[in-house]
Amino acid sequence: MKTFYGTSLPNPLMLGTAQYPSPAILEQAFRDSGAGVATVSLRRESGAGQTFWQMVRELGVMVLPNTAGCHTVKEAVTTAHMAREVFDTKWIKLELIGHTDSLQPDVFQLVEAARVLTEDGFQVFPYTTDDLIVGERLLAAGCEVLMPWGAPIGSGRGLNNAYALRAMRAEFPDVPLVIDAGIGLPSHAAQAMELGYDAVLLNTAVARAGDPAAMAKAMMLAIEAGQLAHQADPIEARDMAEASTPVIGKAFLS
Amino acid sequence: MTVWSVIGSGVAGLAVASELVSRGAKVQVFDPAGPPGPHGCSWWAGGMLAPWCEYENAEEPVLRLGQIALDWWAARTRVERRGTLVVANPRDLPDLRRFARRTDGYSEVDRSKIAELEPDLHRFTKGLHFMNEAHLNPRQALRDLYKQLLDQGVEIHRKLAPSRLENAIDCRGLHAREVLHDLRGVKGEMLVIRCPDVTLTRPVRLLHPRMPLYIVPRGDGIYMLGATMIESEDSSRITARSMLELLSAAYALNPAFGEAEVIEIGVDLRPAFPDNLPRIRRLGHTIYANGLYRHGYLLAPALAQGVADLALDNKHSEMVDEDRA
Repeated sequence: MKTFYGTSLPNPLMLGTAQYPSPAILEQAFRDSGAGVATVSLRRESGAGQTFWQMVRELGVMVLPNTAGCHTVKEAVTTAHMAREVFDTKWIKLELIGHTDSLQPDVFQLVEAARVLTEDGFQVFPYTTDDLIVGERLLAAGCEVLMPWGAPIGSGRGLNNAYALRAMRAEFPDVPLVIDAGIGLPSHAAQAMELGYDAVLLNTAVARAGDPAAMAKAMMLAIEAGQLAHQADPIEARDMAEASTPVIGKAFLS
Repeated sequence: MTVWSVIGSGVAGLAVASELVSRGAKVQVFDPAGPPGPHGCSWWAGGMLAPWCEYENAEEPVLRLGQIALDWWAARTRVERRGTLVVANPRDLPDLRRFARRTDGYSEVDRSKIAELEPDLHRFTKGLHFMNEAHLNPRQALRDLYKQLLDQGVEIHRKLAPSRLENAIDCRGLHAREVLHDLRGVKGEMLVIRCPDVTLTRPVRLLHPRMPLYIVPRGDGIYMLGATMIESEDSSRITARSMLELLSAAYALNPAFGEAEVIEIGVDLRPAFPDNLPRIRRLGHTIYANGLYRHGYLLAPALAQGVADLALDNKHSEMVDEDRA
């Protein structure tokens, strides 16, 4: 597995901490899935979320703070600084929302914020689209990880454009790539791993499921299956049947 | 005869006192802040008695224990039994389907049925009517309990409870966190608006992917609009964003809400344990009853019954999670 700014993840599941029915169920989801990274938002709690953040720390997993809800470079940079203080980490998931309905990232501000934060010593995990050129610019700005969307945040639509995501994997073979957003089902997560992605980041699909802990575990199982399948070099799809036993020599004309 | 000292006169304390008195116990109440008012978080509640709806995002005890609340409150204050109407904008219909799948006790309603129930919600084509739910006016409910207790001869002291009380029942909400270390505050923001142009006669929930929004009629064109749920312990102010979200939800229900007057803005912290369910703990001479979270009026009756069971009969209800008498 590739490392993320020199750190190896225990497994490829990054799990969000928002929208669970209760902190107790959140904790159960982490325990049952074994997810190794927790993402946590700081924007809305603005300094007074100490009790909740302490609960996140006590999960005993790596914490990836995010800038969810930020719309400008300035907001994102301020939030990142706060995150560094609160969680004592250089990691920041950079999210810069550009569109209210689709929550699509504003990639122009994203590149700018990534540059500012990298110069400031942050290790940036940018939430981006599947655009190759944007990916290139983010790498040039100092990012060593890319996190393209599968589909809009919370939509549960899976990998909307598997072609583009495959192209991205091929374009950046050595960069750790994470599918971030849009996952609704374990099969979507498995597909991401089958495409050769290095990790999957999800939140809503688990937190808003009827049984979040069971869904978290299902996601982890699917991610492991997809990862194993990718390593096992799957066969190519083809148009016609290919018999697994030879036909010649059998009395097929009789 | 044992005198039980209830500390705190929010919805938890008053409900506990009322339940104890109804079982023949002798009770006194302490609250330095005086009669119910804006200092307590139950002042800012919605007052929905909606266990079927709440079950969408809560654990099973909320559904079961919450049903006790309807008759318990009806015996003490005015309860409007008109059900709850749940609607969603066309783009959020998947949320309505999910809500329906996770709950029961509703009938599906279409445009004509919605028009029959609430003629001012003409924009909506699909909804769920939870016909057994009810609502009350929380401030009136607190005042009614308070007055009934006085009439029943309960002494209500406007001062701090003396330390070293025997037979104390601590219902102080978040103030008890110096003892209950797993208690946290969950920020809630609400608005009260006046809009005589719109008539709604029952609580309406507008499903929204990010937060549950509801509007509760208080009569005379007054509506309570709530409520945010934020993992923050800063109760000093409402944010512009929360206010925007609450008001735009009202506007989405009926654009005439755009002309409403904003008459109150409320911000407070709900006391909650990690599973967002209430707890009863007996530590030494004190019984602690706390953690009603967003279910103050819904679960206070069950909490009060659990406290009375423990205090008077030494019976341990499911809410008792620790007993070190």
